Amino acid sequence: MAEQIIYAMYDDDDVLKDGAKKLVAKGIKVAEVFSPFPIHGIDPIIGIKNTRLGIMAFLYGITGTIIATLGMRYFMISDWPMNIGGKPNFSYLDNILAFIPVTFEFTVLCAAHGMAITYLLRNKTLPGMIASNPDPRTTDDKFVMEFRMSENSNFSSEELLDLIKTTGVSEIDQKSVK
Amino acid sequence: MEFKITKKANLFTIFVMIVGLLFTGIGVALEFGQDHGHHLGQRVLGNMLINSFFFFAIGLGALFFLALQYATETGWYASVKRIIEALTGYLPVGIIMMVVTLLIITLMDGAHIYIWMDPAYTTPGSHHYDAIIEGKSAFLNKPFFWIRTIVYLGTYFIFWRGFKKRSMLEDVEGGTKIHFLNYKKAAIFLVFFAVFSSTSAWDWIMSIDVHWFSTLFGWYIFAGMWCSTMIVLVTLTLYLKKQGYLPNVNESHIHDIGKWTFATSFLWSYLWFSQFMLIWYANIPEETTYHLMRIENFKWLYFGMFLINFSFPMILLMSRDAKRHAGILTFVGVVVLLGHWVDVYLMIMAGSMGPNAFIGFMEIGMMLFALGFFIRVILINLTKAPLTVKNHPFLDESIHHEI
Repeated sequence: MAEQIIYAMYDDDDVLKDGAKKLVAKGIKVAEVFSPFPIHGIDPIIGIKNTRLGIMAFLYGITGTIIATLGMRYFMISDWPMNIGGKPNFSYLDNILAFIPVTFEFTVLCAAHGMAITYLLRNKTLPGMIASNPDPRTTDDKFVMEFRMSENSNFSSEELLDLIKTTGVSEIDQKSVK
Repeated sequence: MEFKITKKANLFTIFVMIVGLLFTGIGVALEFGQDHGHHLGQRVLGNMLINSFFFFAIGLGALFFLALQYATETGWYASVKRIIEALTGYLPVGIIMMVVTLLIITLMDGAHIYIWMDPAYTTPGSHHYDAIIEGKSAFLNKPFFWIRTIVYLGTYFIFWRGFKKRSMLEDVEGGTKIHFLNYKKAAIFLVFFAVFSSTSAWDWIMSIDVHWFSTLFGWYIFAGMWCSTMIVLVTLTLYLKKQGYLPNVNESHIHDIGKWTFATSFLWSYLWFSQFMLIWYANIPEETTYHLMRIENFKWLYFGMFLINFSFPMILLMSRDAKRHAGILTFVGVVVLLGHWVDVYLMIMAGSMGPNAFIGFMEIGMMLFALGFFIRVILINLTKAPLTVKNHPFLDESIHHEI
């Protein structure tokens, strides 16, 4: 069955937020909000869970720490023991102070790059990916809420449209996708 | 809303102070038994310096933090402003304690803590004569030391009084005139503080290890001070919140102060490590003495203190939920505050008494007494002003703070 999608466009983010609050209170599920900038406080209203990016950042960071430690252990101690300020050069632990800055930097590097790439991948906004927003104006000064009929099976599309029209919407668009 | 000290809190502070006095008494008696009180003066004065400085620094850190909020025109903190101000209220008391301690030490010619005050070290031909100390005597001498100390303490006091007066006036008058005046004064204070926090650390703490020097030392002391302040601030806020005060303080404020605790403990660890690593790497005898002495005599305490102050906040406060959890914040706070006290202990006692220093009844007793006194002064300060500010330009923003 073809999926019916309703796009409701707003001129103002506060109007959208109030509208979302009102519609969610009536039991309507908002599938997605498109906005040129993050709308503060919209996440809990439309039922988006807290981001797990922090957990990923931690895992990427730990990966960096381990790679840096293993790498330097091999380069500086096992493969070719380096003389570090005349200190014992066959021990990683005795020279660990010299390796901490590099470990730190590599941890940050891995965490930051991992986070940035994950973020872009998750949002499907990596360079070259096809834009998924319904209207190019949502990157300028318009705000769009997306409703899917399959998620709102308690309402007929006419009921849903009537309810959306009470929230100060500026444009409504309907689309059906396979 | 007016704060009232509960009977329990009142008894608690008195109990801590009495236990502290008792322990101090036992410590003094034991000291007499051990070596006929040979180190008694040095040990008592060293402990006085530790506790005067440690708690004075928390008050000063709060004043710095308040000035930082004014100078950056921050909004979120308006709901907890009175708590920060109550912490700064310890400053005049801390100043008196510092002056008394330093005065006794000066009158005793350094009391083996500031050995550069002792003429025996700077008089050529004397048994103890030390050319390095004499070379530093243009800066490290009693009159100049006191001129500097009075300038630091006087400046802090004057700014503290101004901030306090204007804060109360704002409640009555309102408007933005006071806000912009605070903005200007805070910026000026931060300039003074930037210089004085460094130089006062050299004078009061670094001159104990008189041969040794480190340009990073002032920031290291400053970071420790800031971290202790944030810990006390978060613990106090949680306490007041639990007592049912502070209706405007929500989870987001707690989260923000938690973040500050997390960040400042990292700042402290970063500076400690930077100082240690550079000295270790260069391996120059005149620089390594400081760490060598502490590693040889206080290995577990020295590295244990660093590991606890660094890893506890790092591991336990990393997640978002932990920074909003009262139990975790308080637990980490208490442990790390103790860790920072040990940090100051090692700076002062290891520097002055060397291998003879150890944490005994006297150290714990005097610390407990000072802690009880500190908490008491803070609680009394809290009763003196309404816990919620009125007419702060950013109060509305703070009430709706959400992150």
